[in-house]
Amino acid sequence: MSDTVIHVEGLGKEYRLGVQGSSYPTLREAIMGVATAPIRRLKALRHGVEEEGDASSHFWALRDVNFEVPRGQVIGIIGRNGAGKSTLLKILSRITEPSCGKAVLRGRVASLLEVGTGFHPELTGRENIYLNGSILGMRRVEIERKFDQIVAFSEVEKFLDTPVKRYSSGMYVRLAFAVAAHLEPEILIVDEVLAVGDAEFQKKCLGKMQDVSTGQGRTVLFVSHNIWAVRSLCQQVLYLKQGQMAAIGQTEGVVDKYLKDATHQNGVTMMRQWGPGAAENENVRMRRVQLTPQSGDGTMIRVDTPVDLEVEYENLKGGTPLVLNLAVHTLDGTLVFVSQTTSDKNWHGRKFEKGVYRSTCRIPANLLNDGTYRIRALFLDEAVKHLYNLDDAMFFTVHDIAHREGSWYGKWLGVVRPQLQWTTELVPAIDA
Amino acid sequence: MSNTLTGASPIPNRNAQTPDESALPVFDQEMVIQPQRGWIAVNVSEMWRYRELLFFLIWRDVKVRYKQTVLGVAWAILQPLFNMIVFTVIFGKVAGLEDHLPAHLKGKYPIFVYVGMLVWTFFSTGVTTGGQSLVNSQHLLTKIYFPRLFVPLATIGGGMVDLAISFGLFLVLMLIYQVPPGWGLLALPVLLLLTLMATAGVAFVMSALTVSYRDFRFIVPFMVQAWMYLSATFYDVADVGRWQLPASINPMFGLIGAYRSCLLGMEWHWLQLGISTTVTLVMFFFGVFYFRKVERKFADIA
Repeated sequence: MSDTVIHVEGLGKEYRLGVQGSSYPTLREAIMGVATAPIRRLKALRHGVEEEGDASSHFWALRDVNFEVPRGQVIGIIGRNGAGKSTLLKILSRITEPSCGKAVLRGRVASLLEVGTGFHPELTGRENIYLNGSILGMRRVEIERKFDQIVAFSEVEKFLDTPVKRYSSGMYVRLAFAVAAHLEPEILIVDEVLAVGDAEFQKKCLGKMQDVSTGQGRTVLFVSHNIWAVRSLCQQVLYLKQGQMAAIGQTEGVVDKYLKDATHQNGVTMMRQWGPGAAENENVRMRRVQLTPQSGDGTMIRVDTPVDLEVEYENLKGGTPLVLNLAVHTLDGTLVFVSQTTSDKNWHGRKFEKGVYRSTCRIPANLLNDGTYRIRALFLDEAVKHLYNLDDAMFFTVHDIAHREGSWYGKWLGVVRPQLQWTTELVPAIDA
Repeated sequence: MSNTLTGASPIPNRNAQTPDESALPVFDQEMVIQPQRGWIAVNVSEMWRYRELLFFLIWRDVKVRYKQTVLGVAWAILQPLFNMIVFTVIFGKVAGLEDHLPAHLKGKYPIFVYVGMLVWTFFSTGVTTGGQSLVNSQHLLTKIYFPRLFVPLATIGGGMVDLAISFGLFLVLMLIYQVPPGWGLLALPVLLLLTLMATAGVAFVMSALTVSYRDFRFIVPFMVQAWMYLSATFYDVADVGRWQLPASINPMFGLIGAYRSCLLGMEWHWLQLGISTTVTLVMFFFGVFYFRKVERKFADIA
């Protein structure tokens, strides 16, 4: 019984630059636009060019996407930041309209692009369950019927009548996810919502999602950076690259292609740069990430190479302490370590004025095993509030050392590969 | 590269749809998403399915507004009451407008001006907060779908609650000033509906414009202030003499006049009310359709 419930055909979304970003059109511009339109049109006529012909001011966030999803299947969507994943989900959730193509959805759709949409900090847990449930598309009677289950799942019974602004962030997320987990749509659209909460709770959420799809025959569309989650949940994967479909099909093959692309992305330059508008929000603008091997000929990182990791960023707000937190992940999503600029005592707690900063840290030799890693850059303020996050700031590959001691030539196991001090001695036999 | 995930049959299995009561009111059957052009009709059935959400949004608005305030809902009464006192002193006494009142309202200028303030406060708050509403809920707009018209409507709905509360004070004033209710009271539901439509119409346009052009954040409060003087809040409709008909192009002019006929037994000015009603209807439908036309861009520019 596998009928198609999602059918997407030639779907595309075009943005006009300057409209999408942080610059709002002002009335003055609009009036000027209207007033000067005849002149521009005349000029265009004389020069024989189309008025809207300036291709550089438009860009396709998503282009020519086609796929079908049968009932009851979990399809994963992967790709780097800016590959169009979120745009695709937003179109399918009807938040934004496509510029071309069409999508047909059969059945009740619920979309979960964020946990706790519409949560109001002043309202109590109980009140927010009703509000959030209703925003997600539940009926009042349905919320009432499931109320106890939701509360039990969230584990916040005791604080049900406390305003959620007094909740810890963990409690907040648990309550929010609990509401979402009790939706009963036929098609569920989920963005990276599992990136929150503790490991225990993540497991619970993944379990719940598995129940939803396999147990109850629902269709799930699932975006994630967590390759491990995608591997364990999805039967099919769509890989988006620069707004276009790079691959679609069985999970293993597509994930492999994605990982391979990620590895080759930056070649030997080991540097990534962003122009204005490419990776920024109102707080922080990312400018450059660079890896410099500190031994060898400087073109390759090996297990025994110390590496300087340099991040250049612009502080757009100014006036508060700014913390750059780097997390190094393996490609299957395991977090290897986290390190942040507060380790530098000179800057710890100091106010950062507006301006460009360069922070460097050294990853010592014999720490990472060979393999490909992803660096996530997260900017925080003093209250640990997220200012800006770039999930895949950089990918880099650590190569195996040229000559190993011993005779094992297979893949060295483990996430880290420290050189530990070993001593072995022969213990003289003691006869009792 | 094949773009189908499996060899799926294109025939939807209707029987597979769970016929249970649960029901997300979202898309019950087939939903087609594609670019739309021009003017878009209002999806009344969808709004009906989402009606509980509108209720919850209004409830949230009211609840949040008075949380952590000492006086709570009393604020809904204090504002028009305070205005009534100020206006009575300035316009009633100093400017002498209380002498213009008909015989049966002699010395009752406060209740006369209170009716004006009651309606005007609802309208101005609705237009101001409604105008800001989309910008203030951009977080919702970019994360979830629901009928966008609910955003300004919910803030206006919150204003209705305030209106009901301050109407309670009006009943007290009726007792104090010995103004007996008349048959005109029967017209109240119609007047309320027209007021709601006028407020919504303006709020729809202003909220949509504010999303695109943030200038309207500054324009709206300024506009509302000037608008009050054109709206017969502290003077009688007849006070403007031969300007009555042009003044009625402002819906609040004719409507506030009609409220006084309805609640205080003053003379009805049918032509003025007729003009104001026509403008109200035009404004409401223009507001709805303008909003619908631009709403699909909200998520991209909010």
